[in-house]
Amino acid sequence: MSIVPAPVARQPWRMLIPLIALVSFGSLVLYSAGGGGWQPYAASHLVRFGMFLVIALVATRMRREFVQFLAYPAYAIVVLLLVVVEAVGAVGGGSQRWINLGPLVLQPSELMKPVIVLVLARFYAALPVGMVPTWRALVPAGALIAVPMLLVLLQPDLGTALAIGFGGALLMFLAGLPLTWFLGAGAAAAVVAPLAFFFGLHDYQRKRVFVFLDPESDPLGDGYHITQSKIAIGSGGWFGKGFDQGSQSHLNYLPEPHTDFVFATMAEEWGFVGGLFVLVIFALVLSWGLSVARRSNDRFAKLLAAGMTATIFFYVAINLMMVMGLAPVVGIPLPFMSHGGSSMMTNMICIGTLMMIDRWNRRAPRGGLSG
Amino acid sequence: MKLFGKRRKQRRPFVSATTLDTAFSRRSFVVGAGMGGIGVLLASRMAYLSIAEHEKYTLEAESNRVNLALIPPRRGWVLDRYGAPLASNRADFRVDVVPERMTDAMGTIRKLGEVLGLTADQVADVQQRASEAVGAQPIEVAAGLDYDKFAAVSVRLPDLHGVVPQRGFSRYYPTGPSVAHLIGYVGPANAEEYKKERNPLLVTPGFKIGKDGLEKSFDQQLRGVPGARRVEVTASGRIVKQLETREDVQGSSVHLTIDGPLQDYVARRIGLESGGAVVIDCQTGGILALVSMPAFDPNSFVGGIGRKRWEMLNSDDHIPLLNKAMRGLYPPGSTMKPMATLALQAHGISPEETVHCPGGYQLGNRFFRCDAVHGTMDMQNAIAHSCNTYFWSMAHKVGYDVIAPMARALGLGQEFDIPGTSQRYGTIPDSEWKMRRYKQQWTDADALNAAIGQGYVLTNPLQVAVMTARIASGRNLTPSLLLNQKKADGPALPFTPEMLAVTHAGMFQVVNGAGTAARSRLDLDGIQMAGKTGTAQVRRLTSRGHVADWASRDHSHFICYAPADKPRYAMATTIEHGGFGASAAAPIAKDVMTYLFDPAKGMESLRAKEAEWGGRPDERMARKYAAFVGDAEIDKTLPSRLNDQGFKRVDAESRVPPEKPPTPPSVTKA
Repeated sequence: MSIVPAPVARQPWRMLIPLIALVSFGSLVLYSAGGGGWQPYAASHLVRFGMFLVIALVATRMRREFVQFLAYPAYAIVVLLLVVVEAVGAVGGGSQRWINLGPLVLQPSELMKPVIVLVLARFYAALPVGMVPTWRALVPAGALIAVPMLLVLLQPDLGTALAIGFGGALLMFLAGLPLTWFLGAGAAAAVVAPLAFFFGLHDYQRKRVFVFLDPESDPLGDGYHITQSKIAIGSGGWFGKGFDQGSQSHLNYLPEPHTDFVFATMAEEWGFVGGLFVLVIFALVLSWGLSVARRSNDRFAKLLAAGMTATIFFYVAINLMMVMGLAPVVGIPLPFMSHGGSSMMTNMICIGTLMMIDRWNRRAPRGGLSG
Repeated sequence: MKLFGKRRKQRRPFVSATTLDTAFSRRSFVVGAGMGGIGVLLASRMAYLSIAEHEKYTLEAESNRVNLALIPPRRGWVLDRYGAPLASNRADFRVDVVPERMTDAMGTIRKLGEVLGLTADQVADVQQRASEAVGAQPIEVAAGLDYDKFAAVSVRLPDLHGVVPQRGFSRYYPTGPSVAHLIGYVGPANAEEYKKERNPLLVTPGFKIGKDGLEKSFDQQLRGVPGARRVEVTASGRIVKQLETREDVQGSSVHLTIDGPLQDYVARRIGLESGGAVVIDCQTGGILALVSMPAFDPNSFVGGIGRKRWEMLNSDDHIPLLNKAMRGLYPPGSTMKPMATLALQAHGISPEETVHCPGGYQLGNRFFRCDAVHGTMDMQNAIAHSCNTYFWSMAHKVGYDVIAPMARALGLGQEFDIPGTSQRYGTIPDSEWKMRRYKQQWTDADALNAAIGQGYVLTNPLQVAVMTARIASGRNLTPSLLLNQKKADGPALPFTPEMLAVTHAGMFQVVNGAGTAARSRLDLDGIQMAGKTGTAQVRRLTSRGHVADWASRDHSHFICYAPADKPRYAMATTIEHGGFGASAAAPIAKDVMTYLFDPAKGMESLRAKEAEWGGRPDERMARKYAAFVGDAEIDKTLPSRLNDQGFKRVDAESRVPPEKPPTPPSVTKA
């Protein structure tokens, strides 16, 4: 049939090729952000991606029933880890977001992003169809979302809490909960948001929002990040200043040029063309993710795939809006480009899950059982 | 959008696996569309930033990257009449901070202070200036550093955000306090000065403007043209590379008539006293020395005046911050008498006319006491013995309005066109002045007081020196301070050479006859000095002579010129609260004149005295400052005088023949 071996040909190359291109491009950007060298960022970025990709390829072999079985225990474990982090932080004094497990630094709030999608997919897959428009569809799911959100908010990590909330809400939406509930929730949020803003947020979080609305009000403090990032992107022009030539990143004007603001580092050196390249690849990867969801046979797989896609999207959208000055500064890295193990792991879990569902789809073509 | 079928009237819509599937398809499409929409939004935002606003942001990136740093121009030198520098520059290392770039300004400055070994006082000063700083302007922390300290800061730069080590030049006054009041000092421009001029150079670190004296008067001339350096800098201010550099142009120098070694000698010879002295060249009117002591060390002001140092200077009752030669006003006392004899002769009084001195003068029911019972006095003897009765009697006879014009013609009460510190010109009173000022009639008592340089008469030492030079030369000399810019003499003075001869003879006798300053006769072969003592009462009721309370003792004056037969140098010395003119001021004048004609002999006398006083003025001041701030905070930055090799020397020792090695105290000074 073909000279390409079947296990290779089976892989979703439609997504993998753009993704590998993006990660390679990301490591080039990190090469430049690291002062023009494979150390300290670029090499480890590639190594991590390769490692997680192999793990993901192995994990795609997991069966649907096993994954469904895994959902609640996984959720319970991650919530437990969140509690442990909180406890360690309380004992050690001050806030802590990670657990040190020997060589591994684990950030449970990162893990919670895919896990919340998994557990809600599991919940709605098992929920009898007739109960979808009832409170039974809302209250347990709401609790499943609220517990980790509150724990993460306590850390305090508003960005991650919002990501969890966003994933959960999107899953409810896709699960078919009545539209009027969402409209009602939207209206309620419009009322509650100002109150939460003034009474619920920390001072530094409130300040970030103010600065976002008017970056020039604080050109040397928080507004500095946004301003410098816009300068980096804007000064890139059509084709950028050239590889390893960015003055904003190399002279330290750009804050965090290898993590949160990696897109600005890229845009300065590769220009609008580079930015378009990144956006197109994300579009390809995300549309593949949605197509995997649509091609799925059962409710669990559909919801899981769509939720994972949405999680990646949330990262991308918030990060890019932040670096372009469309959103306040929240510490959310850009998937597959920012340097950092936790974010790479979360995103590779999402990608791996999508590849796994893609594999289920191929093995049991359309029209089979529904869940 | 209706996603749940058509049976809306039912309380609960109909739901089945199929409707959920449809809902998922629809809703996932909505989600996909939303994602696409946000993607398009991001792409257009990106296009807006990088294409539409490209130029604006390119400019901002450039202004981030490239820093145009002004290089402060090297300041022009102030030279003495022999071309030796009274004020020069020396290369040094400097450390600035940019408060805007500092994450923890107070902590970093404290750390920096430890590295540089600054005193707590200096650190507090810098912290205060840093907290008042506006914009990206750097602030100087320390200048005149040695290479070791400079290197120590450079190594620690990664921990010290906003700290910028620089190489530059700083002002250097080789003879320090000796020229303090004459030349003034430089310092960083303050906010008001910057507001007035709006020149970015003023706020460039390392740039100093003249704050006082000649440094201030000739500031524009001395400044020069700044160089510029375009450098690529990181966000924390570290310079990555030089892009291009334009050299600075040094300011032009100012040549003075001042005799540098003489200036230093006079300043040092005043010693522990407080006062002023002016030496004038009787041939040109050029000012050879203009000294006010005690003074401050202008070198210690270069990096900004420390608060403690300022406190010390301000609390000193000898007022080291006042230029007494130009701004100190004193009743000149009997130094007025030679001038008065000229006025009397011009009015027609014969020099042979005598007055009997019974030890005082009776005016109405008031008895004016003379210093002694002088007996019969003619004009010449009245000068030699400083007999008040003679001048009271004469002034009563002719009236003071005859004497005042001569006083003014000789320079008293006049303001001279001399750059530097503005002069306070005092008062030469007459009847019209008193009416104008006090709305009172001029009385005979006023005339008597004024005749002996008391009462309303107030002059500064510079005026008295000019008067002495005019009497010595007989010419209406105009004092000048700039070399080769001799000013034309004024209109001829209203007396004849014969009249002058009488006055000269009287002044000769003061020193060389049985006069009041006979002890101050010059020990030189063939060179004699003529002079006149003056003792001016500070408080009416105190008796003459030594009083325990320094501030109520009389002012001691001495005017003189030498050689007596062919006047070359004229000098006026005022020692505040020095007691008799003959005891405080005259010996100083004697040593100065000796130094002028025989430097080695003059130095010998000075060294002996300085050994008693505890060293040169800068050494004494350093000790005083150390005592003032406490031993823990000894200011080690006081520059040494000995490392200015390669320059012509301007200190008093430079006149002494080279075979004489410098005395130990000046060598061991660190």
